[in-house]
Amino acid sequence: MADTILKELTLKIWRQKDAKSKGGFETYKVRDISTGTSFLEMLDILNEQLVSENREPVAFDHDCREGICGTCSLFIDGRAHGPDDDVTTCQLHMRRFKEGATITIEPWRSGAFPVIKDLIVDRHAFEKIQQAGGYVSVNTGGVPDGNTIPIANDKAEEAMDAAACIGCGACVATCKNSSAMLYVAAKVSQFALLPQGKIEAARRAKAMVAKMDELGFGNCTNTGACESECPKSISIEHIARLNREYIKAKLKD
Amino acid sequence: MSNFLTSSIGKKVVMSLSGLFLIMFLCVHLALNLLLIFDNSGELFNHGAHFMATNPLIKIVEPVLALGFIIHMVWACVLTVQNQKARPSGYKKSSQSGNATWPSRNMFILGGVILIFLGIHLYNFWWNIKFPELGTPLSMIEIDGVEMEDTYTLVVGLFRSSICYCLLYILGAIFLGLHLSHGFWSAFQSIGFSNQIWRKRLEFVAYLFAVVIGAGFAIIPVYFLVGLGN
Repeated sequence: MADTILKELTLKIWRQKDAKSKGGFETYKVRDISTGTSFLEMLDILNEQLVSENREPVAFDHDCREGICGTCSLFIDGRAHGPDDDVTTCQLHMRRFKEGATITIEPWRSGAFPVIKDLIVDRHAFEKIQQAGGYVSVNTGGVPDGNTIPIANDKAEEAMDAAACIGCGACVATCKNSSAMLYVAAKVSQFALLPQGKIEAARRAKAMVAKMDELGFGNCTNTGACESECPKSISIEHIARLNREYIKAKLKD
Repeated sequence: MSNFLTSSIGKKVVMSLSGLFLIMFLCVHLALNLLLIFDNSGELFNHGAHFMATNPLIKIVEPVLALGFIIHMVWACVLTVQNQKARPSGYKKSSQSGNATWPSRNMFILGGVILIFLGIHLYNFWWNIKFPELGTPLSMIEIDGVEMEDTYTLVVGLFRSSICYCLLYILGAIFLGLHLSHGFWSAFQSIGFSNQIWRKRLEFVAYLFAVVIGAGFAIIPVYFLVGLGN
């Protein structure tokens, strides 16, 4: 499909000077945007325009721009990572928007993810959960040793599906309860399914859930909104596994 | 087991187990209620009601059931308040309809509506049966040589006399069905009983169960509304 030009788009963007400022929406116009432009490139064009007008550019997170780093975020027109399924914002292209459209762009909203500036939120809460137990501390040896442990293909595949989590926070952003269960479930699952990770499975589940609760994330009500917005299509079946792992661990206490 | 009940997963387990307990009660309740439409003389239903009123096991289960309701409601309130707090400022634009079903996003509201219905329902029947001196006393009836309260006349009297009550009970059944359409499968998910295969099965059973319970309870006022029970 040949790219066309969107003559004019209206952007309603959340602007906030810093973490302490109140913030509010500001409206901008961008013109002559090719439909082949990525959403972040469109924001780059807006920023160039703002800089040339001596105005403060819009701050937003971005890094790899190929959907694997989990840095980009944005709640676009009421959906995490925009209207496309299974993609991050950097993989979203302007062909998804119509000529003359008004696009509302907001930061992730969660008490555990405070806004630092404009569209950037502090996602350190995820790091803290990870530090609480999202690792394997047993000595698993080098690569040849690792390969000597037989792992069933379906288990390896399932663990890999969970490990696909890039920690972008779309699950928290989209969940009506701001629950981080899908993230924690993915991190717990990727290890719990493998022999090297099973050894510390109980401690891991307890520590990560305790940290998640402490940081003020909400409680999961199984709506499934997280899995439909997850750019890596991580299933809430992993949440069932986390529940199992946690209950099992607590029963042994 | 330290801190289990105060953890997010622990609280969901409490919701799940209390919910499953209430689901069992609903099954017994529906089975008994359906006797209303299988025998217009009311003997079957009166026998059932008399059995429930006099069975010692039911006497023990009754306060446990009340406790089940209270736990389910209190925990729901605690969870909802915490969940509201977890997002201090909301989105200007949020389109969640494609991401999750309406009942799953509105379980607390549905539960609240069911609670209001439950209050009216208890006032209509339970109050009169338990405290006849305060409400309308039940007339006595003798069936097969056993003297018992004529519960059938009380229940059927309400449905025969008021279209509004019939509609209210139909509405109550619909809301209950919607609550169960998410609650049933969610209860299993919360205790970790779900995976790729079982999720599909549980979701299917949940919808089926919701329809059976919703339609089952609704069919009784409908039966009297259309005049079949006269």
